[in-house]
Amino acid sequence: MYLYSWSIANARSTANRRLTHTVETLAFDIVIIGSGIAGLRAAIEAAQVSNGKASVAVITKVQAMRSHSVSAEGGTAAVLYPDKGDTFESHIYDTIKGSDFLADQDAVDFFVHAMPAEIYRLEHWGMPWSRTEDGRIAQRNFGGYNFPRATFAADRVGFFEMQTLYDTSCKFDNIQFLQEWFVTSLIVEHSKFLGLTALDMKSGRFYAIQAKATVIATGGAGRLYRFATFGYSSTPDGLSLAYHAGAPIMDMEFVQFHPTGLIPSGILITEGARGDGAVLLNKQGERFMKRYAPEKLDLASRDVVSRAIMTEIKEGRGFRDEVSGMDHVLLDLRPIGAEKVKSNLSGIREIAIKFKGIDPIDEPLPVRPVCHYTMGGIRTNMKAETEIAGLFSAGESACVSINGANRLGANSTAECLVFGAQSGHGAATYALGQSTHSVDTRHIQLEEKRLFDGILHGGGSENPYDVRNQLQVIMDTYAYVYRDGSGLAEGLKRMRDLHKTAFRHVDDQANEYNSNFINVLELEAMFEVAEIVLVGGLARIESRGAHSRTDYPKRDDANWLKHTLAYHAPDGPRLEYAPVTIDKYQPTERHY
Amino acid sequence: MRVGETFIIKVARENPGAKTGRTYQEFSIPYEAGMTVLNALLYAKEHFDHSIAIRYSCRMASCGSCGMMINGIPRLACYTQVTKLPNSTITVGPLDHYPLVRDLVTNFGGFFDKHRSVSPFILRSDSKEQATPTSEYAQSPKELDEFLQFSYCIKCGLCNAACPTMSNDSTFIGPQALGQAYRYIADSRDEGAIERLNAVDRPHGIWRCHFAGSCSFVCPKGVDPALAIQKLRRLTISKPTAPRTGRKLMPPLVNK
Repeated sequence: MYLYSWSIANARSTANRRLTHTVETLAFDIVIIGSGIAGLRAAIEAAQVSNGKASVAVITKVQAMRSHSVSAEGGTAAVLYPDKGDTFESHIYDTIKGSDFLADQDAVDFFVHAMPAEIYRLEHWGMPWSRTEDGRIAQRNFGGYNFPRATFAADRVGFFEMQTLYDTSCKFDNIQFLQEWFVTSLIVEHSKFLGLTALDMKSGRFYAIQAKATVIATGGAGRLYRFATFGYSSTPDGLSLAYHAGAPIMDMEFVQFHPTGLIPSGILITEGARGDGAVLLNKQGERFMKRYAPEKLDLASRDVVSRAIMTEIKEGRGFRDEVSGMDHVLLDLRPIGAEKVKSNLSGIREIAIKFKGIDPIDEPLPVRPVCHYTMGGIRTNMKAETEIAGLFSAGESACVSINGANRLGANSTAECLVFGAQSGHGAATYALGQSTHSVDTRHIQLEEKRLFDGILHGGGSENPYDVRNQLQVIMDTYAYVYRDGSGLAEGLKRMRDLHKTAFRHVDDQANEYNSNFINVLELEAMFEVAEIVLVGGLARIESRGAHSRTDYPKRDDANWLKHTLAYHAPDGPRLEYAPVTIDKYQPTERHY
Repeated sequence: MRVGETFIIKVARENPGAKTGRTYQEFSIPYEAGMTVLNALLYAKEHFDHSIAIRYSCRMASCGSCGMMINGIPRLACYTQVTKLPNSTITVGPLDHYPLVRDLVTNFGGFFDKHRSVSPFILRSDSKEQATPTSEYAQSPKELDEFLQFSYCIKCGLCNAACPTMSNDSTFIGPQALGQAYRYIADSRDEGAIERLNAVDRPHGIWRCHFAGSCSFVCPKGVDPALAIQKLRRLTISKPTAPRTGRKLMPPLVNK
């Protein structure tokens, strides 16, 4: 779909470059960046809303079905059974309490009411939800809820949702996939989105893409950490795009550490295991959660359970893994019973046997808190709109915020569905009312120069992979479950020093599938977003949800009941703050 | 193998775009506990040669990215422990039966097209309920079990790489897509059986399989595409010739 191309006469000559060449241009009405649950849901909604009139491109740096949404395991929260005692109000309050009152309550209200239809929609599209004997959709317990409302399909919920959405997207002729394309910049003029630039990884060619609207659905930033449940692809490229375009990144200091990451790989052991009856044990064989959350025990919210595990370890009641040197506690699945593990938790059983050589039917699993989710992201409203016209975001890359300072399990796949649909709807409606604008060739020229002269042919002596590992160690060390001011300041200093090292070079000079080039671009985005996490965390002198400062152990509603907004500035993020929408539930102290 | 002990991994290097033929590059990798072939390849890429082209993401056998030939057998690199391989030297190359992009990366365009060709989605005539769902379609655990194993497909493409028919017939629809055709037909909510059977009842469809069963042997998720193909044959033989009727419509459950 090449509409036209133009020549860049004064492209700089380098040893490997032609003197003049053309940059090819594509045009679409709507570009969805990212092919996870939120991106696919957005694409389908946009294709449907526009009635086939809008051309929708899904640009993804991986192939379809490879996005990390496939690894979501345990459930998707929704109120399906009012007849059995569940209520919208209960899901709303559980979510707000889980968020440590930093969620915007109007957004949570909208989200909770929109969810049941999304569960049924997926069901109609072929989702293999687990069923009760009478043929209805099954739900299980999850942390922080007062009703078992985590809708599940064994323990492969994210995978099956991806499959259902990808397969359904095959129905639409107006959805086109650009697989293994990497978006390098957004073209924004006067706070209006006009297009983007991207690299086709298979050929190495650089493209300009005109579009009327775009949705950033690139997922979380979890690979900022070394010990993470995330796949290797979960780098904050999408956040960096929006940040550079002038949109603020909100509440990025709130990073969720899931209590049960398998040692040493960090592979997730779903909360559904505890939902189905698994328990956490310390070195003394004690079910220690009874001391931290007497009522909810192992099913308290994730921030609470992760802190409990780290306290047990710190006070000498943990285990040390001889081989990896990692401290941990045990997750015992035996109380669940072998048959139920085989049917409801077959995926994690397979993982534990294959990656750890332990069958959880016979033996407990070694686990510790693991980076699992970033509550923060590109600031949006309930319509998934950002401050830039035509730029939308949904899923983990966005921050609405329904998750506030701590997300409840089973609310993230749910969020991807509800706000994925919102963003697709909004993008299509907006795009249909716009005409195509030509884009400034200067932007494209500068971007090409940055990429090819600055990075692909850049010079340097530092191994970018070593630098990436060092960055991850900094984050693991200074911005983990517990933080304090001096640690965050030290982490920030080290991160900034590391950022100055000469890693911006690419040894691989091939055009075809140059992942070395892409990895260096990802690393640049990682530095930017790591800085936002550290700066935001250092500034927030209180403990709220997943941001737990040992030097400020109390929540401080008088001064800090507000969202952090980070705007891009030459010398690092410029922070501003925005009020939280509290229209129903006043903050109280959390107990589980 | 002990931690710190080294082993050799031989990696196929080839870039058709730059017209370089295939060579094998050897790397000596220090063993770490629980090391997978993917860990070993990423160690080589990060420490010895940044230019190794490799596709990978989740590292937990969910995303289907890292399929490759490992000692001649299609496997997921992230799901293959180096100590579980019989040979002391590990040889890796790109998946058979796919066009090569570079090194270990193959082009999956045709693969996704074949998947799409079997209408891998629920087909129903109750368009209003589809557009604005009010409740679920009832499905018993037993009905779910009819198709569940086939829905474990992660689209990694190992089955097509193992299939002897695909080696000499590039137009064969292949075990992956045929397995998915059956997955949707076996779903009690679907009414598209006849449309899908028509898509696979052709010389390069189900009748081209000669039942080696290698697809089912290599599947990392326990899917049995060979069984699906046999079931599709049985359905095809017994399918009504005309007109298309589909299945009986199943009304949604009454709204609560």
